[in-house]
Amino acid sequence: MAAPIIAIKGLQKWYSGVHALKNVTLDIYPDEALGLVGDNGAGKSTLINILSGTQKPDGGEIRIEGEPVRFSNPRDAMDRGIETIYQYNSMVPTMTIARNVFIGREPVKGSVFGIGILDQKRMRDESVKAIADVDLHLRSPDALVGELSGGQRQGVAIARAMHFKSKVMILDEPTNHLSVKETRKVIGFVRALKAQNITSVFISHNMHHVFECCDRVVAMARGEIVLDKRIGETSIEEIHEVL
Amino acid sequence: MKRLMKIYLEKPELAAVVFLLLLLLVFQIRSNGVFLNTQNVRGMLGLLPEMGLVAIGVTLLMICGEFDLSVGSVFALTPMTMAVMLAAGVPFAPAFAAGLAIAALIGFFNGFITIRFAIPSFITTLGMLFIARSLTVVISGGFPPVIPANALPKWLFTIYVGPGDLFRMSFFWFVAVAILVTVLLSRTNFGNWVRATGGFLPAAQSMGIPTARVKVACFMICSVLAGFAGTIQVMRLGAPLPSIGEGLELQAVSAAVIGGASLAGGIGTIFGGIIGAALIRVIDNGLVLSQVDANWFKMAIGFLTIFAVVMNAWLRKRGRAMKVET
Repeated sequence: MAAPIIAIKGLQKWYSGVHALKNVTLDIYPDEALGLVGDNGAGKSTLINILSGTQKPDGGEIRIEGEPVRFSNPRDAMDRGIETIYQYNSMVPTMTIARNVFIGREPVKGSVFGIGILDQKRMRDESVKAIADVDLHLRSPDALVGELSGGQRQGVAIARAMHFKSKVMILDEPTNHLSVKETRKVIGFVRALKAQNITSVFISHNMHHVFECCDRVVAMARGEIVLDKRIGETSIEEIHEVL
Repeated sequence: MKRLMKIYLEKPELAAVVFLLLLLLVFQIRSNGVFLNTQNVRGMLGLLPEMGLVAIGVTLLMICGEFDLSVGSVFALTPMTMAVMLAAGVPFAPAFAAGLAIAALIGFFNGFITIRFAIPSFITTLGMLFIARSLTVVISGGFPPVIPANALPKWLFTIYVGPGDLFRMSFFWFVAVAILVTVLLSRTNFGNWVRATGGFLPAAQSMGIPTARVKVACFMICSVLAGFAGTIQVMRLGAPLPSIGEGLELQAVSAAVIGGASLAGGIGTIFGGIIGAALIRVIDNGLVLSQVDANWFKMAIGFLTIFAVVMNAWLRKRGRAMKVET
């Protein structure tokens, strides 16, 4: 088997007395679609927050492509090619699509102390292309994200991650609160990632969604990994059993 | 046509412009033509920069999702600092710089306390309103210091220039600052961060924007502009009074809101804030010239503020509901 793209070893996290991650060890391989399931408080979010740079571990080690890393903010993780897509948290509804695609990574024409004039034409052109690449059809890059449906927003978030050539995409409950039709769309996006050679970590409460678009499933309970199997070797019943 | 309508409905500052033009017309008629004569326009344009500069800063900060109630006090403290130093024989440039430095420091403090202790900026800056006002009175010693004659570079800030002496120099400073801040907000990456920070903080944070630093920067810009505006007023009047700028903080918020800024952050334009400030000045002046009892002024501003927010919300909803191919 290929070397893991992300190797997590002995990860620990405490929240004032609560042991949220107990010695978690997990290898994620290139191009695989990993489903991460577990009840609320099982430690999924903590694990994801550490991988995406919003929280710091209290112990253990993360290696990306063999190199040990320590993220102190989300930007560090993005720079290493790890992009996280949240249900709510990744788009600003009062801003246009083009501006959302480039938040925090705006192309500028010359800059002083990191502040420069935006290259708005490039932002527009590239966001149109990025959105078309994920087979999403939107009217204009100047439309406000607030005017898009939930599924379209997730599409734009995924387009953004692909535009910045992320290697690993973490999708944190991307199908929550979406209609059936929209959910299909998002699952379609996740399936398409594999063809683009992007590794994905798909977190969901919904086992059916996980079984539909993942190759492997990891179940967490009480801060530990309690199951780690290929999709073909397990069943929804077995996972419910261990949770 | 429908497309134009949608654009119009989604830009509340345009509604404010229309309202401003309408008011100009009404006051012109009501005052029998006095309102728009050279002298009165000169008077209004001479006062506008002072409130306009404050409104620019407050609008920027509101777009960033924060609030500054201390601008009125900083408006007084900055020139008082300068005046006390001038009276002690310090030359203009260092005295002026010291005043603005105090304003910047207050802005930094407002931002730092708000973010470090995660408390509403309403509270931080309410406290600062009292602190800065008190400091102003204390350093003035109760009596306004006498600014030595010729200590102020009036030619740079307050003399009349332009055709028919229509403008004060301060107006050009105001226009320059307005353009600068507008460009900063709408054309730079920093502006994108400000809007994202105010629009939806969790998204801005998850995309790695240094939101704390962005907020502190906006607090500081807001405070420095308020201090600069106060300094201009003192140069115009020739003497610093410890009471100037009282109530200005709320007028500035009104201006921002009338111009379409949202208290919740993320929405608004600098141009809107300026139009809001212009509306307030025009109402103030127009009521007097229309021989309406001046005590109605606050009533008018009050109604306008509430009306503007209700209208803006409605217009935005209508605009959003209009589906057009763009």
